[in-house]
Amino acid sequence: MTATEEHAPPAGFGRMKRKEDPRFIRGRGTYVDDVRLPGMLYGAVLRSPHAHARIRSIDISAAEAHPKVRAVITGQTLAGLNLAWMPTLSNDTQAVLATDKVRFQGQEVAFVVAEDRYSARDALELIEVDYEVLPAVVDARRALDPDAPVIRDDKEGRTDNHIFDWETGDAERTEQVFRDAEVTVAEDILYPRVHPAPLETCGAVADYDKVTGKLTVWETTQAPHAHRTLYALVAGLPEHKIRIISPDIGGGFGGKVGIYPGYVCAVVGSIVTGRPVKWVEDRSENLMSTAFARDFHMRGEIAASRDGTIRAVRVTVLADHGAFNGTAQPTKYPAGFFGVFTGSYDLEAAYCKVTGVYTNKAPGGVAYACSFRITEAVYLVERMVDVLAFELGMDPAELRMRNLLRPEQFPYASQTGWVYDSGNYLRQLELAMELAGYRALRAEQAERRARGELMGIGVSFFTEAVGAGPRKQMDILGLGMADGADLQVHPTGKAVLRISVQTQGQGHETTFAQIVANELGISPDDVEVVHGDTDQTPFGLGTYGSRSTPVSGAATAVVARKVRERARIVASAMLEVSPDDLDWDGSRWFVRGDPDKGKTIAEIAMAAHSSLELPEGVEGHLDAQTVYNPPNLTYPSGAYICVVDVDPGTGTVQVRRFVAVDDCGVRINPMIVEGQVHGGLADGVGMALMEVIAFDADGNCLGGSFMDYLLPTSMECPSWELGETVTPSPHHPIGAKGVGESATVGSPPAVVNAVLDAIRVRHADMPLTPAQVWRAIQGRPLRTDLAIT
Amino acid sequence: MRITVTVNDAEYTREVEPRLLLIHFLRDELGLTGSHWGCDTSNCGACVVWLDGKPVKSCTVLAAMADGRAVRTVEGLERDGRLDPVQQGFMECHGLQCGFCTPGMMMTARWLLDHNPDPAEAEIREAISGQVCRCTGYENIVRSVRWAAEHPAEVTA
Repeated sequence: MTATEEHAPPAGFGRMKRKEDPRFIRGRGTYVDDVRLPGMLYGAVLRSPHAHARIRSIDISAAEAHPKVRAVITGQTLAGLNLAWMPTLSNDTQAVLATDKVRFQGQEVAFVVAEDRYSARDALELIEVDYEVLPAVVDARRALDPDAPVIRDDKEGRTDNHIFDWETGDAERTEQVFRDAEVTVAEDILYPRVHPAPLETCGAVADYDKVTGKLTVWETTQAPHAHRTLYALVAGLPEHKIRIISPDIGGGFGGKVGIYPGYVCAVVGSIVTGRPVKWVEDRSENLMSTAFARDFHMRGEIAASRDGTIRAVRVTVLADHGAFNGTAQPTKYPAGFFGVFTGSYDLEAAYCKVTGVYTNKAPGGVAYACSFRITEAVYLVERMVDVLAFELGMDPAELRMRNLLRPEQFPYASQTGWVYDSGNYLRQLELAMELAGYRALRAEQAERRARGELMGIGVSFFTEAVGAGPRKQMDILGLGMADGADLQVHPTGKAVLRISVQTQGQGHETTFAQIVANELGISPDDVEVVHGDTDQTPFGLGTYGSRSTPVSGAATAVVARKVRERARIVASAMLEVSPDDLDWDGSRWFVRGDPDKGKTIAEIAMAAHSSLELPEGVEGHLDAQTVYNPPNLTYPSGAYICVVDVDPGTGTVQVRRFVAVDDCGVRINPMIVEGQVHGGLADGVGMALMEVIAFDADGNCLGGSFMDYLLPTSMECPSWELGETVTPSPHHPIGAKGVGESATVGSPPAVVNAVLDAIRVRHADMPLTPAQVWRAIQGRPLRTDLAIT
Repeated sequence: MRITVTVNDAEYTREVEPRLLLIHFLRDELGLTGSHWGCDTSNCGACVVWLDGKPVKSCTVLAAMADGRAVRTVEGLERDGRLDPVQQGFMECHGLQCGFCTPGMMMTARWLLDHNPDPAEAEIREAISGQVCRCTGYENIVRSVRWAAEHPAEVTA
């Protein structure tokens, strides 16, 4: 249409440099530890050296006498304020500062507030705690033994360490299929305890203003609104007098969803001293006490036909939740979304049972881009499919091809009740195989094997369920998982979007501006995205579980469409036609049949604020707000192929290539999507080969520093090779699905499958460190209890 | 003790504790919060700054050791309102996500390019191998440094 050519096309979707970068590349981001308030004090936490011990007494007199100390807070102090315990996001309780016992090494025992960082640390050394050491429950498999020490004797009537049993699927029908099956395979599979280890540790700056009664807390949080409500419920402070600010966050990965004792201590410290208090944990504290991930002891079983048709999957899981059930997941899903363990396959039956137990380890469970336990589910099924391939002597890619859901089967209701929205799995795996040159790789592998070289090719295919979620089914502590969005359009057509979710590096300030730009036909540069401040944004549950784009991105599109509809009415008044006679061309409302007559959002915005006479019932301005309640989750998928070389002499694994074909529906900013995938792939290499939070028999954490908890560097990571397919989500306003956790979910099984393919071993647990691989090659038992063996 | 340190061409004299770490001196005493603290054990490199022209991990350098010496931080990369090509490269190639490791990565990258203006991918990977990024999987950091190598003079205000 010639008429529209004079108007700039909507900038909308596509590659675009990030709006947040100019501050970061100048070192001008504002992270929590960069916040500095007048008169600010510094807090430090005294932690338990024992995994399980009774506290006989705490002597704080010497610490209090330190000239720079302003307050020493213990569990007893907090008990006086009814704050010694706080609720977790799984409706359990967690000690803020221990009163009766310590239940894991690194647990918070006392909090010192001093004039500077170093003095606060010095004073910790002056606190004398008399402990009576108790036997610790370290191995989750021993937690339910009749003679196991009871960890949670703070809970009345507690006689064991059992937290929950949860099951899904049809046990009887699954058993039936297993009885009839030509082939069954079973394997014990551990997804070891790992840690998200964001580069920025957790911290808070609390500022309680006694005069106004207002509490402002800068926090490393992915869920500022949920925190505000929880502080109101826990501390009894009125919610409108609480402001949570989540400034720039140095990576979250799920580790910054919950409330940590240090945050509460900083708040109490500020209330007690009348001055702002900053608390920032060190790296050991981060690794030893904040939310771990995984720790799932799984037994997987597959029933199949000889020809490789997978008929049923059955799983039993023992979930180690640590000393407090501190997972953050929807109330009705104590094992998260593990129910998608049926994978990307069309099954006759499926069943799983998950048992959660307490151990003397740090609390947590849902973190590290786990998509609410989908990481564990995908690892289980994708490892088991390879075990089946091993048993049948089939090619693992061919076996998957035989069983993947077909495009015509969508929407697909799984045996465990999940409705997969869309996908084109066969094409996706085909594309990955093309990009990898799969057949040539297999030929090369055969040649190398003939020469005694160990080369492995690993395949994984995953489906995620993200974007929690429908309010009716999903809530956290009673708070429904719907998110709000407010959009203001100023008279000159510049817009301000306020969202409930919060970026920890995902680039919301850019992509969410692009969503608005796409809907309103304005430039993303003309949209300011406000987030991470509860006083400035609408309520919502925050960023985790890859929910920002599926939930808040949808809210943003919906609110922008509301604005566009308001604009239509104003435009109709401007053009003196009926709103029904106007069409939207991507950047203007124009008169149908007379495309030269049209108005842009900027023109309409000015008119909406002017003295223009508006139709009856139209208030003026263009601003709108919405709350988005997702009708279903969205189901991103991926086909991954990893190529490794293993040194037969040392067991060292080098990841040579990694091909990832992701389908996250419509891509708002492909550059950012690819960046998300890159990061997740590195996570997978780390977890598969290096990362583990291990404990010794006494419950001492063996992964408490970056010298022990090994992270992948540029040397362990190959140059990632990406591909994409796009099957839009049919129920999402812009067809997007979310991608933040996809690669973290999908890559560990690809790497592990590749290593085991190289050494021709049916199964070995992560992390496949050189020593572990060497043991596996030698047929020796693995040492999953130690980080470096 | 009294120390005098030149940071980004400006001289600062401060009374400090002998045990004060350089990273805390920069952040807490001088308010230069662009350099980050990440691990305490020299593993992550979020704190990398230059000391007399060489990248160091400032979480394991005492402020006292910088007495009489010159420090350059991320705040000193931009000159006369013009970005360093490394800074531009990180924006062009999506070399950062959360931004926490970025200042340290850029300081190492600048040093690399000063000594090897046309580094191969493997050389870039080796140069940044003492630093951790949890977001990018390193791919786009490598590309960003390559971009800077290919555009030595292209900087924006």
